[in-house]
Amino acid sequence: MPELFDWIATLPVLLQGVVIIAVFVAVVGLIVLAVEYLPRPGRGGTIFRISLAVLVPVIILALLHTYDIAIAAGALVGLGLFLLDRRARRGAGSLLQLWAFLAPAGALLILGLVIPFIRTVLFAFQDDSGTEFVGFENFAWIFSNPDNLITVGNTLIWVLVAPAASTILGLIYAVFIDNSRGEKIYKLLVFLPMAISFVGASIIWRLVYQARPADEAQVGLMNAVLGMVGLGPVDPLSSAPANTFAMIVVFVWIQVGFAMVVLSAAIKGVPAEQHEAAALDGASAFRRFTQVTIPWIRPTLIVVLSTASIASLKVFDIVIAMTNGRNSSGVLAQQMYERFTLGENGRAAAFALLLCILVIPLIVINVRNLRRSREGQ
Amino acid sequence: MTASTVLDPNTRPNLPPEKPRTLDRVREKLSSKTATIAALLIAILWTLPTLGLLVSSFRTPDAVATSGWWTAFTDGGLTLDNYEAIFDPTRVYVNIGEGLLNSLAITIPGAILPLGLALLAAYAFAWIPFRGRNWIFIGIFALQIVPIQMVMVPLLRLFSSGEIFGTVVVRPLGGDSGFASIWLAHTILALPLTIFLLHNFIASLPNDLFEAARIDGAGHGQIFLRIVLPLAMPAIASIAIFQFLWVWNDLLIALVFSSSDQNPITVMLTNMVGTQGQNTFLLSAAAFISIIIPLLVFLGLQRYFVRGLLAGATKG
Amino acid sequence: MPKAVFPRIGLHRESPYPSRRSSRARSRVVLSIAVAGVSIGALTACGGPGGGGPSAENSNTVTIATNIGGEEAAQLEKSWAAWAKDNNITIKLNTDKGFEQRIQSQVQANKTPDLAIFSQPGLLADLAKKKALQPANDEVQAALKKNYPADWQRYGTVDGTVYGVPILATVKGFIWYSPSLFAERGWNVPDTWQGLLDLTAKIRADTSAPPWCAGFSAGAASGWPGTDWIEDVVLRQSGPEVYDDWVENKIPFSDPRIQSAFEETGKILLNPDYVNAGFGSPTSINATGYGDEIAAAFKSGKCVLTHQASFFDTFAQSAGLSVGPDADLWAFPTPGFGTDGGKNNAVTGAGDTVAAFNTKAASAKVLAYLASPEWANSRVKLGGVISPNTGLDPDAASSPILKESISVLQNPDITFRFDASDLMPAAVGTTSFLTGITDWIDGGSLPDITRKIDASWPVK
Repeated sequence: MPELFDWIATLPVLLQGVVIIAVFVAVVGLIVLAVEYLPRPGRGGTIFRISLAVLVPVIILALLHTYDIAIAAGALVGLGLFLLDRRARRGAGSLLQLWAFLAPAGALLILGLVIPFIRTVLFAFQDDSGTEFVGFENFAWIFSNPDNLITVGNTLIWVLVAPAASTILGLIYAVFIDNSRGEKIYKLLVFLPMAISFVGASIIWRLVYQARPADEAQVGLMNAVLGMVGLGPVDPLSSAPANTFAMIVVFVWIQVGFAMVVLSAAIKGVPAEQHEAAALDGASAFRRFTQVTIPWIRPTLIVVLSTASIASLKVFDIVIAMTNGRNSSGVLAQQMYERFTLGENGRAAAFALLLCILVIPLIVINVRNLRRSREGQ
Repeated sequence: MTASTVLDPNTRPNLPPEKPRTLDRVREKLSSKTATIAALLIAILWTLPTLGLLVSSFRTPDAVATSGWWTAFTDGGLTLDNYEAIFDPTRVYVNIGEGLLNSLAITIPGAILPLGLALLAAYAFAWIPFRGRNWIFIGIFALQIVPIQMVMVPLLRLFSSGEIFGTVVVRPLGGDSGFASIWLAHTILALPLTIFLLHNFIASLPNDLFEAARIDGAGHGQIFLRIVLPLAMPAIASIAIFQFLWVWNDLLIALVFSSSDQNPITVMLTNMVGTQGQNTFLLSAAAFISIIIPLLVFLGLQRYFVRGLLAGATKG
Repeated sequence: MPKAVFPRIGLHRESPYPSRRSSRARSRVVLSIAVAGVSIGALTACGGPGGGGPSAENSNTVTIATNIGGEEAAQLEKSWAAWAKDNNITIKLNTDKGFEQRIQSQVQANKTPDLAIFSQPGLLADLAKKKALQPANDEVQAALKKNYPADWQRYGTVDGTVYGVPILATVKGFIWYSPSLFAERGWNVPDTWQGLLDLTAKIRADTSAPPWCAGFSAGAASGWPGTDWIEDVVLRQSGPEVYDDWVENKIPFSDPRIQSAFEETGKILLNPDYVNAGFGSPTSINATGYGDEIAAAFKSGKCVLTHQASFFDTFAQSAGLSVGPDADLWAFPTPGFGTDGGKNNAVTGAGDTVAAFNTKAASAKVLAYLASPEWANSRVKLGGVISPNTGLDPDAASSPILKESISVLQNPDITFRFDASDLMPAAVGTTSFLTGITDWIDGGSLPDITRKIDASWPVK
């Protein structure tokens, strides 16, 4: 396996992608073929099974590091297959096929997400080399250092302001343009920033925020407009907490389009009868909006809000590209990276864990939503 | 990522296929003139920053330093020189051409690999019943919220030394294994969400199709190839676009998992921001180059993309 | 959702496979796979999996990671091109402006380059202690001993083991001014710190505009020009011993002697009457780029004085200013604190050091070449930089200020000290010291700032 990657690395840059995709498609094809032909009787099936019996161990061997582990894995897989098949005989379904479908993604998720996750939790309580346990020392450092408290505070500002702002703006915009002439163009213009990277957006907004001395012509859009109404030049990125809000604007600029499109679809689903009934009762447009539309689209609102909340907790690129955490504008995700680049793995992991703890309530909300909808099926 | 909610079943009841006429009249009152003006203002406000970047990228260094980009419409002073400069590594600190190639080499497999694996898994979750299916599925769903930061360091070690909890288990990638670790990282981190989205779609395919295929003697392999794959194409396409944008626009994974000669364009831009605050004219040209590809993908496939999303959303 | 158990399917529609037979047959199949798997696994184990594919030990390609880019990188490549061709070695220079941040993850990812150019000896020491760097071989050590002053040898040496070779040098702490303007106005270059403050007051009175301009903005490294100020003042006010102890955290930032350096510097940098010429209030320092923007301020005549290293030369020239004792722009060293012995004769400086991440033969060969006077002369001739190499011909320098810098470096009477922030661990030198400087310019309280910096020293 590493040899395959080493070989691919020697190819021209663009060809590398093509080759890996070809290899990948071949592997997936093989899996699907295996699933299809594995249970079939007759000579073809036998040949296929035997060739698979050669291939599977070779692949395992190619992936694993030492003979002992490879043999153990081979035995384990064999035993697993045997047990699976016994179960299959009792009519529990074609588990072998199930495993062929699930194993590649499952193995990657366990190796690449679940185990690393647990490892990082341990890192958070260890020293930088990840060998000695130091208890809560890394957390003590976070909460005793005023700069870090500012970081935590900034992250909270982000998660409180950014999702609400982008959802409310998206909702208002969706209502304003609903059924207006040129709705599609309106939607597209606001939706477009979604395709722009946070880094690209940060550069765009740095141009907007540029500040020049008062006696010179302003080259940034914001200060030029401020100048027209007689307000002095301000550099929103140079001082806290203005810099955090200036960066939230960039986030909102990107996120509103998404909120708007989803909410717009939801608004179009509000039954007309309810609106009419409310109108007959003499409810104003605003009352109809708050008492008919809002309750109806509530589930969608929650989803949009929680998505934006997760994104704002994880915000990293904007801070790196706009202030790099200077002038007390750091956030957890960016501070974690900074500690990591200083080789301080323990403190980095503590930041990551803190971030993760903040995300947990959102996981719970989402899982609850998901379960409700699955039970409804 | 944001796609989850678009395909989330919760949005389903709110999307009827057509809207009754009478509603329009009610709505007319809502969308008053002020609303239209406000919408117009927001739309302009949303477009101006990008327009500013585009115009700035064509202006001479002197013009950029002394006047706002809007003066270019009256004063002129436009040049192509910035675009020439950013492709000349001796004039900027980074090689934008190389960055574009690297971005492509990272993004295309980064979008396709997770889709393939997720398709297999999503099919199993949707059409092969097994005990604990719901719980495992919910577990995978929850994994999508795990911050990259939470798995970054152990993942690096897994790739470089094959080590899990200090024991070397998997064979490590070599020192010169190209983009392998970035592809793998993107694949792993995209799997939970991709599985979830594809499952939503695949599970919604009508049962009759599967029954008929089975009666015809098709196994899971055939059903997967002949029925699921073609029918799921709209969903696959829309998720592929999302994933393409996501990988192209990624910064963190590239910073952590790529070596210095594999920098995608986002990393190069960040480097330029870091060193040349004064070279705004070059930075805006480079930034515009970096956003033009995702923008074109997005614009070109937008209709298809939205249709795929709504198709996924109307069935749960 | 399908709930029924799937019917077992045979090859042909006409002959559906009976389920009992099928499962027994499959059980045999699977068992055979398992057995074959284990046995073949054991068999092929003879050919067995090895470790990770090490990058070829005897490859003739050497990659060098650096944060040097643009024109300077092109000059580097040019400087070794002929030698590399003669020795059949391909040298690949990888520019990454975020090198200092990226190298930590590359070390953990086992994706290190063959060689790297470090601007901070502190980072080099950190990586050497983590065993990411390889000690230099005998040939490299011999070249280092022969060609470098003892001071400079130290910057690539960690706990007595030699890792790196210093290649480029910069003399810091120059104060740039316009000789013609000084002559015209009757201002004189000061020789004491108090003289500098008096001069500043005089210029202010004469012009009723701030004389000094300063720019600390430099992306991730914003604030570093400020650390240079503080370092210069610490060295000149308190002497080299205090300076060395400060670097090693034996004297904390909260020490009165370090605080005093901040206060002395603040007499200029925090005074709205004295800064920031052409840019606004003192806080605009943080938003101003250290290079082109400052050069432009001189060009426009708004700025009279700035504190910057020898390489400001390059920025001045690209702004169209000539540099020399009788030209548009010239520089004098930051003056000392008076009569007390050698303190007047001290300068700070910085440099780049190359070290190897592996024991590849070609890497060592390149390292030895970079330590030679031949390379130093080849590079310096191309312009823009100087080298601490003692075999350097002062006439190779491309400009008056570089000649001046070489004479400073090679003068045994002048105490030289390496840029303190580059020697400190990255958590301080390139992180908290920098944010401390920008916070201080923004008006933060000095005791708070120095306390924060002290708290950021990594635990041993």
